[in-house]
Amino acid sequence: MATTEIRITGFGGQGVILCGYVIGKAASIYNNQHATMTQSFGPEARGSACSAQVITSDERVLYPYVTAADILIAMSNDGYTMHKDSMDEKGILVYEKDLVTPKKLGKDMKAYGVPATRIAEELGRKIVLNIVMLGFMGAVTDVVPMEALRKAVQSSVPEGTEELNLKAFDRGCEYGLDLKGKGATKTQEKAAL
Amino acid sequence: MKAKPENVLTGSHYLDGNHASAEGAIAAGCRFFGGYPITPSTEIAERISQRFPRIGGIFVQMEDELASMAAILGASNGGVKSMSCTSGPGFSLMMENFGLGIMMETPCVLVNVQRGGPSTGLPTLPGQADMMQARWGSHGDYEVIALAPDSPQESFELTIHAFNLSEKYRMPVLIMTDECVGHMTEKVVIPSADEIDLVERKYTDKKPGEAWPYEWNGKSIPPMLPVGKGYKFHITGLTHDEKGYPVINAEAQEKNVRQLIDKVKKNADDIIWLEEWDTDGADIIVMSYGISSRVARPAIAKARADGIKIGQIRMITVWPFPEKRIRELAGKVKAMVMVELNHGQVYLEMDRCAAGQCVTAVVGHSGGTVHKPDDIYKVIKDVVK
Repeated sequence: MATTEIRITGFGGQGVILCGYVIGKAASIYNNQHATMTQSFGPEARGSACSAQVITSDERVLYPYVTAADILIAMSNDGYTMHKDSMDEKGILVYEKDLVTPKKLGKDMKAYGVPATRIAEELGRKIVLNIVMLGFMGAVTDVVPMEALRKAVQSSVPEGTEELNLKAFDRGCEYGLDLKGKGATKTQEKAAL
Repeated sequence: MKAKPENVLTGSHYLDGNHASAEGAIAAGCRFFGGYPITPSTEIAERISQRFPRIGGIFVQMEDELASMAAILGASNGGVKSMSCTSGPGFSLMMENFGLGIMMETPCVLVNVQRGGPSTGLPTLPGQADMMQARWGSHGDYEVIALAPDSPQESFELTIHAFNLSEKYRMPVLIMTDECVGHMTEKVVIPSADEIDLVERKYTDKKPGEAWPYEWNGKSIPPMLPVGKGYKFHITGLTHDEKGYPVINAEAQEKNVRQLIDKVKKNADDIIWLEEWDTDGADIIVMSYGISSRVARPAIAKARADGIKIGQIRMITVWPFPEKRIRELAGKVKAMVMVELNHGQVYLEMDRCAAGQCVTAVVGHSGGTVHKPDDIYKVIKDVVK
């Protein structure tokens, strides 16, 4: 596999940066690839638009920023609106179903939605929504092997929260596999909106 | 000597450049950090403040950058390896005491995670526009050593290297990184302690009462005097003699300043560290450092694919400038291009050394992001015409 450009967007406090960190760590530490993560945020930490970028590759990443996202993970509508036009024409949109309303996609694009916040709330902690998103992304894309992602979640979350986070990861993953199992294509997914 | 195992976090980690730099400092045996938080350098201070209490280091958040620089000089003279980190506005404030460190010949390391300037500029975005300030920012005449990492892995390695150079040449050493590398997270492989070579401080072997703090002989670097072991000595920012006391005349000035300059100039070959690709037989050479040297590579590859004979020099050491190598290459190539996140600072040095032997150009940038490889490619194509 060549190079995959991933952008994660949301608002500060949703765990956007951790989400990028986990993907990069999964690829570089647990899957022996190169992975470069960069982040951008405003001077204010919480509530403002926030985004992380990860580039995974079999070779060293020389240009560290996303130019055309192969995968856009959107956890807020603002973030989605801001970055939807910089997606690759074959890009995959992975979005928080209750927070993001996708517009018409390009003909070769795919979109997969998950109610990550609701799932996280069912688990008792809204804060793990980013990990639900990660599990879901792992299931609907093939950017990093699921096992590598899971290991990266386990080794990246605060001590004592591993069980909850892994549960969140697995729930996101199940939702994604279920959606794929139903043969969800772009049109079906749109119909489900 | 080798690093101590308890200081080295051996293994593969996913770290940003700032955290990696903090780990490099700890591996090098740094045990005092005095600093004042400023974006985008804060993660260095943050990690050190968390790690130091467990390993017997002292972290002090100082009242400002003037005090931070002064504190690390004091700590170093007290016998501990010391460092600080900052960015643009803080770097300006540190300049006066940076000069004091140069004059007192005090080993320490200062990391400048460059952001966009002037003034408060762009706190969260990259720049490389403090390069000439690093060279000439404090008053007076002196030489500096400045290193520029292009990745978190190199941030780790060059921080250790900076400590080694600072001890070897008995002077403050600068790491001129930038926001992009500082906040970029990648795999950092930390080797085992026995694979890390450290330069330990050279102390005098003379007895108290027989040794002076600056025994200049024009050849070797004078050993320092230890504190708390019966040596009574004086050091100052005023022009001084070998005894460390002020001597206010032209002869003393000549001897003192000559020492500060010669120890770097005469050892330039040892200090300068370049990475070169395809420079032999090249028509055009692209020079750069830090993040810019990394984003230049796709542009160079593209130009090479067009059939252009192109080479690259990556300056790991920016100061002292590789004068000798540039003069030599300028006579053999048609053009040299500098890529940097400013409008031509280190370019001036390259142009000076090329001395009209070849065409020179700069791919400038105001900062806030890194160059797009295509912008570099366009300048290469223009220069070839």
